[in-house]
Amino acid sequence: MSLEILYFAWVRERVGVPRETVQTDAVTVAELVRELSTRDDRYALAFSDLSALRVAIDQDLAEFDSPLAGAREVAFFPPMTGG
Amino acid sequence: MTIRVQDAPFDFGQECAKFAQSCDNAGAIVTFCGLVRNSDDKTLSAMMIEHYPGMTERALTRIATEAQDRWSLHNCLIIHRYGQLAPGAQIMMVATAARHRSDAFCAADFLMDYLKSRAPFWKKEISMSGAEWVAAKDTDEAALLRW
Repeated sequence: MSLEILYFAWVRERVGVPRETVQTDAVTVAELVRELSTRDDRYALAFSDLSALRVAIDQDLAEFDSPLAGAREVAFFPPMTGG
Repeated sequence: MTIRVQDAPFDFGQECAKFAQSCDNAGAIVTFCGLVRNSDDKTLSAMMIEHYPGMTERALTRIATEAQDRWSLHNCLIIHRYGQLAPGAQIMMVATAARHRSDAFCAADFLMDYLKSRAPFWKKEISMSGAEWVAAKDTDEAALLRW
């Protein structure tokens, strides 16, 4: 499947791009993270501590074991600091 | 309910006055305005606020809807800015209107707690010594538990 991946804040800075389209057969977010992490050091560094990351699937907060079936957009970012 | 995510400044006084006019027969209005706080040594030159267009509006609408479900509100308003802000600038505001003050206070407090940890904004402090992302505090996450 084709997924739009978005990165925000320091995750974007570590990966080096704000968004990209990837082809993947990953079933869960965690599998997608493993795939991305093997690409190169930038991704490995960005995903090195999942406890410091949050994920959204199609603009709704999700968990790392959430399924990706039907997803179009996945976003990775640090814990939010609004207000 | 009004939700606005914008890079432009807003006039807090004007927004409060406009909000008050929209709250017919309310007995209480609570407003809050968040400002860019300078560092203790006053070396902050700017605060960069990044957000997730699309998800931000959805998240704020969900948070405001939940506040309306929990308390008896006549109206509520959230304005949140993004982009580069100078120290002292107004970052965001919330306003709530209810028949009784406890509903208005609780709903405003709830909105602020959820904005901190559930709305996709990220702050980066820029100073003479460099730029640093503001880390989320454990206390902000813990604050959600009281609701």
